[in-house]
Amino acid sequence: METRYLKLSGLEPLVVTPESNFVNVGERTNVTGSRKFLRLIEQGDYSTAIEIARDQVEGGAQILDVNMDEGMIDGVIAMTTFLNLLAAEPDISRIPIMIDSSKWEIIEAGLKVVQGKCVVNSISLKEGEETFIHQAKTIRRYGAAVIVMAFDEAGQADTLERRIEICKRSYEILVEQVNFPPEDIIFDPNVFPVATGMEEHKLNALDFFKSAQWIRKNLPHAHVSGGVSNVSFSFRGNNRVREAMHSAFLYHGIQHGMNMGIVNPTMLEIYDEIPKDLLEYVEDVLLNRRDDATERLLDFAETLINDQKDKKVEVKAWRNDSLQDRITHSLVKGIDEFIDEDVEEARQSVDKPIEVIEGHLMNGMNVVGDLFGSGKMFLPQVVKSARVMKKAVAYLLPYIEAEKDGKQEAAGKILMATVKGDVHDIGKNIVGVVLACNNYEIIDLGVMVPPEKIIETAIKEQVDIIGLSGLITPSLDEMIYIAQELKRQTLDIPLLIGGATTSKAHTAVKIAPELDSSVVHVNDASRAVTVAGSLLNRETSGDYKKRIQEEYSVFRAKFLDRQETKEHIDLKTARARKLKLDWENFSPFTPNKTGIQRIENQNLDALVPYIDWSPFFRSWDLHGHYPAILNDAIVGEQASDLFADAQVILSEILDKKLLTAKAVFGLFPANTVADDDIEVYSSEARDNVAVKFLTLRQQLKKREGKTNAALADFVAPKASGKADYIGAFCVTAGFGTTELAQQYEDANDDYNAIMVKALADRLAEAYAEYLHEQVRRKHWGYAAEERLDNEALIKESYKGIRPAPGYPACPDHLEKQTIWKLLNVEEEIGVSLTESLAMWPAASVSGYYFAHPEAHYFGVGKITQDQVESFAQRKNIAVEEAKKWLRPNLK
Amino acid sequence: MTPIEEALQEKILVLDGAMGTMLQAYKFEEEDFRGERFKDHLSPLKGNNDLLSITQPEAIKAVHRAYFEVGADIVETNTFSSTSIGMADYAMEDLVYELNYASAQLAKTVANEFTQANLDKPRFVAGSIGPTNRTASMSPDVNDPGYRAVTFDELVEAYSEQVRGLVDGGADVLLVETVFDTLNAKAALFAIDSLKEENNWDIPVMISGTITDASGRTLSGQTVEAFAVSVSHIPLLSIGFNCALGADQLLPYLRRLSTTTEALVSAHPNAGLPNAFGAYDQTPEEMRDLIKKYLDENLVNIIGGCCGSTPEHIRLIAEIASQHQPRKVSQYS
Repeated sequence: METRYLKLSGLEPLVVTPESNFVNVGERTNVTGSRKFLRLIEQGDYSTAIEIARDQVEGGAQILDVNMDEGMIDGVIAMTTFLNLLAAEPDISRIPIMIDSSKWEIIEAGLKVVQGKCVVNSISLKEGEETFIHQAKTIRRYGAAVIVMAFDEAGQADTLERRIEICKRSYEILVEQVNFPPEDIIFDPNVFPVATGMEEHKLNALDFFKSAQWIRKNLPHAHVSGGVSNVSFSFRGNNRVREAMHSAFLYHGIQHGMNMGIVNPTMLEIYDEIPKDLLEYVEDVLLNRRDDATERLLDFAETLINDQKDKKVEVKAWRNDSLQDRITHSLVKGIDEFIDEDVEEARQSVDKPIEVIEGHLMNGMNVVGDLFGSGKMFLPQVVKSARVMKKAVAYLLPYIEAEKDGKQEAAGKILMATVKGDVHDIGKNIVGVVLACNNYEIIDLGVMVPPEKIIETAIKEQVDIIGLSGLITPSLDEMIYIAQELKRQTLDIPLLIGGATTSKAHTAVKIAPELDSSVVHVNDASRAVTVAGSLLNRETSGDYKKRIQEEYSVFRAKFLDRQETKEHIDLKTARARKLKLDWENFSPFTPNKTGIQRIENQNLDALVPYIDWSPFFRSWDLHGHYPAILNDAIVGEQASDLFADAQVILSEILDKKLLTAKAVFGLFPANTVADDDIEVYSSEARDNVAVKFLTLRQQLKKREGKTNAALADFVAPKASGKADYIGAFCVTAGFGTTELAQQYEDANDDYNAIMVKALADRLAEAYAEYLHEQVRRKHWGYAAEERLDNEALIKESYKGIRPAPGYPACPDHLEKQTIWKLLNVEEEIGVSLTESLAMWPAASVSGYYFAHPEAHYFGVGKITQDQVESFAQRKNIAVEEAKKWLRPNLK
Repeated sequence: MTPIEEALQEKILVLDGAMGTMLQAYKFEEEDFRGERFKDHLSPLKGNNDLLSITQPEAIKAVHRAYFEVGADIVETNTFSSTSIGMADYAMEDLVYELNYASAQLAKTVANEFTQANLDKPRFVAGSIGPTNRTASMSPDVNDPGYRAVTFDELVEAYSEQVRGLVDGGADVLLVETVFDTLNAKAALFAIDSLKEENNWDIPVMISGTITDASGRTLSGQTVEAFAVSVSHIPLLSIGFNCALGADQLLPYLRRLSTTTEALVSAHPNAGLPNAFGAYDQTPEEMRDLIKKYLDENLVNIIGGCCGSTPEHIRLIAEIASQHQPRKVSQYS
């Protein structure tokens, strides 16, 4: 027989194959079946109603039944509202929806708001063929499967023959007249109560089973479903009998071909755990095995009623779970409220306090690790888990100290460091925290760590892995140097490389050949765990390392191959093809005020509207644009939580003025000379050159008509005779960051420590944006009329640019020294440059201002030897030194 | 069987490349967009590329011609945003039927020229049906997740109007493309299916979703398989992916799609990912080499380009496609 599977979908597919287990439909989001849900919908408390849906999904429902059939509520509005809200909950809407109503207009309202392929529950021949055909046709057009009730013009089928007759007729109409896909038809042959005491009800269950069997055999591809709880209707109040009966009914239903059903999992006993005597009485009734079956079950049921009491106690959420489950729950959910008391309870249950860490806490963290590894938890949640873990460990520490023999067996020891000259550590800290969550011992050497110290510590502490991080381009060379040193000292310690400027290409091409041990580029925190695990697994690490080496060597070969294909032109030709602006017909705007200005204590509140939040989420490995990311199907919830947490810290920073922002900037007479250099003059007389900015020019061979740009092209050449200008700036929001982050770290709260740094970065960027606007509108004044909202600012819809040294338009970090000299940055506002020319504090931004309306951002790309030599000569440094700074751009 | 279905039995058909990229070269200004007819129209019209089918028809025809010349079998009509929803930005809702009709006619005229010149290579017109700028299953308001800026019924109405214009104007196939919210696409399919029944049309339907990023999902959160399940209730000529990703990033999703659907498979990826300035750097040769993987793995029946692709890209893609066999639909189990 041809294979035609029932396929449904939410955000993820659900394919029902012959091998599929019984498909379990969650039934609690049904106003006719759940008083609580009804009350919530009546009161308009949809957010709590959503939580019921979430419980169903977490409880294992594979399809979610939603029913709003109640006289007191407007079913169309309630169905639409509820399903729209579910769509915003990715962990719920991943499963398909069952739109359950006896009213066609409610069904149609539901079909209009669900993107996945759902199930309509239900239609039937009750109102005749015409209506049935119309509804079926419309349902197919909306793209849904359908449940067909065994119901026709004469009423509901209550015998085997009637069930067969109606199902057969319905099937033929659907398949032959409507062209409805047979695999999308699910029959509900009516589950009726048994043991009611009435003679005509005693075959109710048996007939259902038999009709299920007949349908599966005679109506190709169709499925069978049913509402199980109906069967035990006459035992309301006696849950033990009901639970046993549901379970036995399902057991036999499935045997007979029922492959879907509406079941309340909390009202289901495990079939094998039903006491033998109870099971026998129940099955006698279901299968109609003896005439006195009902009486015998009723008598037996009486004896069970008394021990109902204890079971009746409402299981109040997770606080009543076992100790381990509670600890796991706290860790997974990041709840620190109860962790001390639970850890104390755990401590008293073991011989040595260390066993709580190795046992209870690690068990919990393993769950966190598994969820994270499988993409079911997101980074901010994991960092919160780590916070709870730290708190628990901190609680235990005094006890462990008292014992003095506690030594935790870690999965491995990892040294983490931001390399010499670099001060950026947000990413490194996140990776460190995530690794620590996974039972690695982390030795974090902090930022600006000299290579000697890294290697010395690695030897002394006998670390298993060294993790290096860096954000600015010179850090790449530091990493290469460390690799060379490891090789020279014959240390076989694997390297992990991460950070914004690092790449697999750089790692494979520049670092891997330098050392004998392994090196892996790790671009996000979740990968760090698996990579570390693979590197340290005693049995498989050899294979893994070999595989990585091969992978990198193939990658390297391909990369180098590809490199050769891009053609470059020499500097002279590139200069001839420079961007030629029409200076003759252009008069540069004279700034309202030239010279240096300093802002000592910027009001932080003014910067908040200028914050571009998207990179903030990126720093937490959550990808997407703000504000859309808050509603993102996958990371939306985490992003919203993170954003809310960020707002709390941000208001604290603002209220208590915990960070200090400063700026220095200046506008100066300037002209371009010798194509690529910008002379900055100390006065309008333009006779004394204060500094000279050297710019780099694109050398990629381009199509005819395209230019090879350099930033110098945006400033009028001296020869044009036009009086042009340039600006330079440095802003910081970083003073106070270290102290504040330290406070959180001391309180074992890495989450907020990282948060503070990420926010300081955002404030610095916002300050740069804010100041640029002030410059355009006021200080330079060429765009006095400009009014842009933040979105327009992020899209850089304004005239003029503010490129920063170290970024694509001017990749050379050395120019920062020139800016520092011109603006006296360190004396004016205290921001200094490290030996690798990173700014300290890290949350700082510096750059130039260009005002020409045609000025735009571009990437210099690769440059050739002749430009390096020219640059070295103009800069008055050795070619080798120039090469060191320009290395990432060397062809 | 329609002629395009017949052609697809024989070989891989090649879809055209980007329209917008080609139009940029004309550097049309406000008055060019307006033409004589709309010189007094109240709202600004620059940027309404679909309007050029009426005001600058020769330019649109030239673009179609450029793609046919390099070997494309199918060109898309210049109607990506030609719905009352898209045209609301320009206060041109009343023009929707005419826009679609005119665009389909332009493309059909050019297609006929080429078909006449070489009857062995019939050329086709795909009526392009874009996603609109609103989402039916997501709220644009962070604080109100239950809110919707557009309803299913509104989308059905808007798409119906567009489809009528495209079919009346001579489109050979309808292409519901760049689907980032499946519910929008389902509204388009609902409209198409209703009109087909009402008018007894026999026009095939292609659908092409968009995987927005490395998460491997559509913007509205569906996986490749869930997307395919959600749109397969209407008979489809093909299902595929376009836009957002370059050919290499799209490959894994195409592989998954190819094993999950019994429909033909299409792909028209971007020419790589945009660079920092929003432009596409992937050369025709690079793109061809990436597409060659699709062909070697026998993944597609229809192949073309989306953002950033030019006639030169399509020329090389057509060359390589002609050397490969189309994907055979296997009855998977």
